[in-house]
Amino acid sequence: MGTGSMRGAAAIVGVADAASPTGELDTRGRVLEAAMIREALDDAGLTLADVDGVCCSGMATGIAEYLGIHPRFVDGTFVGGSSFEVHVEHASAAIASGLCDVVVGVYAATPRQDRRRGPTPSSYGPMGPDVGAEWEAPYGPRMPMTSYALAASRHMAQYGTTPEQLAQIAVDARRWAARNPRARHRDAITVDDVLASTMTVSPLHQLDCCLVTDGAGAYVLTSADRARDLARPPVYVLGAATGIDHWVISQMPDLTVTPGAISGPAAFGHAGIAAHDVDVLMGYDSFTITALLHLEDLGFCAKGEGGAFVEDGKLGPGGALPMNTNGGGLSYTHPGQYGMFLLVEATRQLRGECGDRQVAGAEVAVAHGCGGVLSATGTVVLGNEATR
Amino acid sequence: MTTRREPPISDEAIQFWDATREQRFVLPWCTHCDTAIWYPRSTCPRCFGDDVEWRADAGAGAVYAASVHTRPGTGRIEEDGPYVVALVDLDAGVRMMSNVTGCPPGDVQVGMRVALAWEPLSDGRHLPVFRPA
Repeated sequence: MGTGSMRGAAAIVGVADAASPTGELDTRGRVLEAAMIREALDDAGLTLADVDGVCCSGMATGIAEYLGIHPRFVDGTFVGGSSFEVHVEHASAAIASGLCDVVVGVYAATPRQDRRRGPTPSSYGPMGPDVGAEWEAPYGPRMPMTSYALAASRHMAQYGTTPEQLAQIAVDARRWAARNPRARHRDAITVDDVLASTMTVSPLHQLDCCLVTDGAGAYVLTSADRARDLARPPVYVLGAATGIDHWVISQMPDLTVTPGAISGPAAFGHAGIAAHDVDVLMGYDSFTITALLHLEDLGFCAKGEGGAFVEDGKLGPGGALPMNTNGGGLSYTHPGQYGMFLLVEATRQLRGECGDRQVAGAEVAVAHGCGGVLSATGTVVLGNEATR
Repeated sequence: MTTRREPPISDEAIQFWDATREQRFVLPWCTHCDTAIWYPRSTCPRCFGDDVEWRADAGAGAVYAASVHTRPGTGRIEEDGPYVVALVDLDAGVRMMSNVTGCPPGDVQVGMRVALAWEPLSDGRHLPVFRPA
């Protein structure tokens, strides 16, 4: 978002997601994608005939053909789990500038089902020299875990961050998950439980790592003008920005600073907000260290002070900074590219639909996606009628 | 010798891998901005220069980050036992992923000085690894 002319011009008007306490869904691929699009459109009170833009993290032409539509706008940006936040940024700009009117973004991945049934065909792969195969794989990393373990190693050595502090992030995610009936794991855990869980890639414990589950979601975005007459209260895109840093972890210049340090301040600037204005933070938690780095890079605390910031449990229910109120990738669901769920939960919080886990009076929510191995971030600032 | 997923040879790293056959460690340098480049490529990621030359390097450096792997990752097997995946900052100014061997895995600390060592690959090349200096 450039000068702020896009502020409030587009709004999320419909959402859907799918997840199950068993960790497995009963459909997949295009079938699941189409179901999510249908639900999100129903939620918005729109039909497929209204859609003239499509976003997905790959070949957008494939899903458009499958659906039999001829969109004016596609975005197949694939930057890992933050792809969907980046799509919202691009689609908002497209809507603001009149490129299109109604954009649907979709995601479906079913790693558990695929393990049982065999994989679905994949249409994308790495382009150019395979940097990971030549310069990392010979050393036996367990990707993506190793990348985040190295980031945690560095943060601990440089700033004195402790395993207990990282564990608190997992504990608070679980406290939120207890209030989400669809969460994969809802039983309470303690810091000691995290520290007692298996450690196969130091310094990360198993409970520092996200789930592997099936999951799916979708959103619908349209102009603020059109949003006013639709079924749900509009959730406005107040600001959005992208940060791209590296592909493989050994090329990351500083393992304690993610590209969120670029996209965060930019998105906040576009929205005209500061960290203290954020009522709900949906911060991509592929690992506890991932979430900790976001808190620093988005300016909720100073660089290096993330550990001390989180240790009082302020990220959990009733805390000063409610984070990942659906239970996050750590306890709710994580099919691989988790960013979709950040947008869905942020929208529901701003619409006041979250029941037991509703943050009272939530008016500003941030969906901050982080894809690859701390490689690419997309920050989206969302607001409701009160903050538009 | 441990099990390895052996590296492919990219076009821009042929000279690097050829040198490892004689256990010579060379780095690409940009002649425009006089900066070492890693991983090998023909365009400088710092100044967009397109003239790269290979220079011998001592392979001395320090551990930037390290992780003990007690369950085998890509290409490794259980029998290899625990091993350390590390990022090593070479004194030449580049960072590379590697293993730190020659000491108990738990002894590897961030900041510790390391020196180059070689592990043979099946096709006569050698893989650069590091040990405590």
